[in-house]
Amino acid sequence: MPKIKIPTPLRQYTGGDSEVEVGGETAGETLGNLASEYPDLRQHLYTGDGKLRSFVNVYKGDEDIRYLDGADTEVSDDDELSIIPSIAGGCAGRRCR
Amino acid sequence: MQTRKPLVESPNGSVNLSNEEIARYSRHLIMPEVALDGQKQLKQARVLTIGAGGLGSPLAMYLAAAGIGTIGIVDFDVVDESNLQRQIIHGTSDLGRPKLESAREKIEDINPNVNVETFGEPLSSENALEIFEDFDVIVDGTDNFPTRYLVNDASVLTGKPNVYGSIFRFEGQASVFWAEEGPCYRCLYPEPPPPGLVPSCAEGGVLGILPGAIGTIQATETVKLILGIGEPLIGRLLLYDALGMRFREMKLRKDPNCPVCGENPTVTELIDYQEFCGIPQANTQAQADEVPEITVQELEGRLQNGGKVSVLDVREPHEYEVANIGARLIPLAELPERLVELDQDETLAVHCKSGGRSARAVKLLKDAGFENVYNVRGGIDAWSEEIDPSVPKY
Repeated sequence: MPKIKIPTPLRQYTGGDSEVEVGGETAGETLGNLASEYPDLRQHLYTGDGKLRSFVNVYKGDEDIRYLDGADTEVSDDDELSIIPSIAGGCAGRRCR
Repeated sequence: MQTRKPLVESPNGSVNLSNEEIARYSRHLIMPEVALDGQKQLKQARVLTIGAGGLGSPLAMYLAAAGIGTIGIVDFDVVDESNLQRQIIHGTSDLGRPKLESAREKIEDINPNVNVETFGEPLSSENALEIFEDFDVIVDGTDNFPTRYLVNDASVLTGKPNVYGSIFRFEGQASVFWAEEGPCYRCLYPEPPPPGLVPSCAEGGVLGILPGAIGTIQATETVKLILGIGEPLIGRLLLYDALGMRFREMKLRKDPNCPVCGENPTVTELIDYQEFCGIPQANTQAQADEVPEITVQELEGRLQNGGKVSVLDVREPHEYEVANIGARLIPLAELPERLVELDQDETLAVHCKSGGRSARAVKLLKDAGFENVYNVRGGIDAWSEEIDPSVPKY
């Protein structure tokens, strides 16, 4: 099964796991299965109408699936998908007190 | 030795190094990739760092030591105890001082040849273009989405490279966004997450050493761009995982539909970034109705007068261990499943560290039918500051 790398901010929804294996033939199907397996993750990956959120990027290997075939990008058992969300932290200002 | 056009042209006699500087930069001067010409380019260079915090600290210190001629710093904060775990440009004796002052002192101690230019105002759509215009490269060490997008857009509009770094817990990201040669931040993330969905460093924490690793990568990229050597991180997103001690790299592409650097840009001037990031300017009445608040003074009064109010703490157990006011603990993430443990008829005052998570808890409780629930404004931080200083502030 393809592996999915879970970034730190989302690990709280996968029971702390940084890498999970989920079945699927395409990137979209694999992510959908991931969200079914970890329901709390769904709202962080998808908008209300089921589109992948624009501040979450998904890579197959080192390629952004947006520049492959998007959700239809084929994945095989050896493939690694990475979810890379935007993080703002630099801890410069008042929020980091 | 150059692999690309240097950001700063060779000064051709207009910049000279004193004998003191030649001795100081000796380890650069004996490297052919830098040498005398390169050191003069560094001296000629003007670098703007946004923020004198976690990333800005190592960045400014290394750039100063390396001999960057002018370092501009934008920051309007003062040094606080909780900064000292990672913001190494400031020391214990600097507590309460403006960060710009302590940063300037440290830089001038490291290298008195550096000219420090300070900007004590928050970076805004009104001042960003004017400030950026005078610098060769912008280094982004901010901690919030509105400023990230502002820095990106202002860099694109002024044609400057934006050396990006970002950190969270044990993970960091770095890249060089430069619309003239590759993608910008908006090509990567067209829109920010809605407020509250992604935890900030203040909520999620950060390993104190992590900004050291990412900030020095940013400093390295800055020096490489100035000298025109090596391969910059343009079009690549470097990911650093300190726990696994692994670096990974993702390919970034320029998005032809990017709203700011694409073929038909829709963002041609700076916008309202607070609004863009969905951050309300002020609490509206509707929001106040949605999340009723109670101040720490009101709460203390009610507790002292035997008023019927139960206090609920929605932080994590490891935070509770650091500081608590004896309240019942149900972490926010567990709240939906543990609602049955609470009595709907009770009046509940909900607190967290500073009020963000507890506001979400109050909304959740109200949606579940609880009527008398209040968000403790300012959280346990406010309790520690205004009611009981024996409760440690973390």
